[in-house]
Amino acid sequence: MDAKLKEKIAFTMLLLATIVVVAPVAFILIIILVKGIQAISFEFLFNYPKDGMRAGGIFPAIIGTLFLTLGTALFSIPLGVMAAIYLNEYAKKNWLTRSMEIAIINLAGVPSIVYGLFGLSLFVTFLGFGASILAGSLTLSIMTLPVIITSTREALNAVPKSFREVSFSLGASRWQTVRHVVLPNAIPGILTGTILGLSRAAGETAPILFTVAAFYLPKLPTSVYDQAMVLPYHIYVLSTQVPNVSPKIQYGTVLVLVGMIFIFNILAAYIRAHFRKKKTW
Amino acid sequence: MVEKNVQCPMSDVQLNGNIKINISNLNIWYDNVQAVKDLSLDVKPNEILGVIGPSNSGKTSFLRTLNRLNELHLHSKTKGKVLLDGKDIFTQIDIHELRKRIGIVFALPLPLPGSVFDNVSYGPRMMGIKNKTRLLEIAEKSLKAAAIWNEVKDRLDELAFNLSGGQQQRLCIARTLAVEPDVILYDEPCSALDPISTLKIEEAMQNLKKEYTQILVTNNVKQAARVSDRTAFFLMGELVEIGETRQIFTGPKDKRTEDYITGRFG
Repeated sequence: MDAKLKEKIAFTMLLLATIVVVAPVAFILIIILVKGIQAISFEFLFNYPKDGMRAGGIFPAIIGTLFLTLGTALFSIPLGVMAAIYLNEYAKKNWLTRSMEIAIINLAGVPSIVYGLFGLSLFVTFLGFGASILAGSLTLSIMTLPVIITSTREALNAVPKSFREVSFSLGASRWQTVRHVVLPNAIPGILTGTILGLSRAAGETAPILFTVAAFYLPKLPTSVYDQAMVLPYHIYVLSTQVPNVSPKIQYGTVLVLVGMIFIFNILAAYIRAHFRKKKTW
Repeated sequence: MVEKNVQCPMSDVQLNGNIKINISNLNIWYDNVQAVKDLSLDVKPNEILGVIGPSNSGKTSFLRTLNRLNELHLHSKTKGKVLLDGKDIFTQIDIHELRKRIGIVFALPLPLPGSVFDNVSYGPRMMGIKNKTRLLEIAEKSLKAAAIWNEVKDRLDELAFNLSGGQQQRLCIARTLAVEPDVILYDEPCSALDPISTLKIEEAMQNLKKEYTQILVTNNVKQAARVSDRTAFFLMGELVEIGETRQIFTGPKDKRTEDYITGRFG
């Protein structure tokens, strides 16, 4: 076989593999968009469910998801970024650090239902928060932390070592170096990774199942100790717990959730592109 | 080039007073590879000490030990004594204080992201100086001393990366000067620069002799001959020979030194 033919075969195989990967995702998204778009209306987005959730809107679930994501961000971003800075910039490279790193990597692989049960026993029962936005946010935070720590460390590592050396060589302390040289140059990467981590948390069902999600609430949450309706769980309820829900509403709800996550991801991509253009090194 | 202090007779007492940095039995390892072997030498105040030798001869390890930057290297291990003005740099001087007193200019120009002013004022800002007028004074003084003021005085707010390579390197010298060190280390500062930029940096070094002690590690033997008062030749982690630059280049005592400077290897 000559090289030209081999090249053609390789090209075709690789292209096919890519199509096989992309096609199902595209297919799912197109179906959701086509079937869901009919449900989207002002009433659907900004009203309460009616007729046992067979009509009306999904406003409380949208708000619940936003609150929960915000709560998750509040806990997980500061903690995760600080832990990443410690591990990357301060920690000595010994067996203890190494085992912490391995633990964090493995935490990212723990099934989300395990996080849900952990949240139930620690936050809901032991600490007595009850099923609440607080407990749900904390549970999602713990699930998101490994992602945030890992992506933050990658962003920190992307700042050249030589910048740190310059800073140290001018008599700056480690914290001054982190604060004035490393962090400003790592922030775009940190933001991107963090937003992607949060967008994953926003779509999770298992961790919120026992810790916050309400089947139906006729009002919006007023404190962090309140339960809330949340989009992923609402989709689960619409498709398994309530009989005779029109597919239009089911698809519409899915579209709203996917749309929210899509907006998160576009935001992350935009931030990355924006700072890459401004990056001077 | 005649050494500055020849007029005073060299009794032992005065010799001690005439030593800026005293290095004795310095050994540096990376894991099990020894990079510097039993190095002892003195650096005199206000001299330019050239350090030459092929790559892997331990020049840079030696240099980066003097301001304890080598410790950032994970697998490095250092043994031996280094005294700055008679004080042990490992035990008697605070590490941040040491790095303010011994500045370094790296092989590649390494401006930090930010403006020319951000760069030159970085050290003073980290020392807690906030007053903008004061910072501008320091910036002007340092940039003038590094012979780059005239080229950047109207571009202080421009990104440092927009300067030419030679300008960036002189900016880095100015940035080092801004923390008012006693000693400046140069780690092959001209290896990425063209001859004219190199010349400007060498001129700046000559002008800095009045106030600073300078150590120049260079791969360019001719540069050492042009700039340094004394020259040390390193080979495989050992100090082969140190002496007045003229003596090293006209009558080296060691055959290996002669081979290296005449270009027989390296």
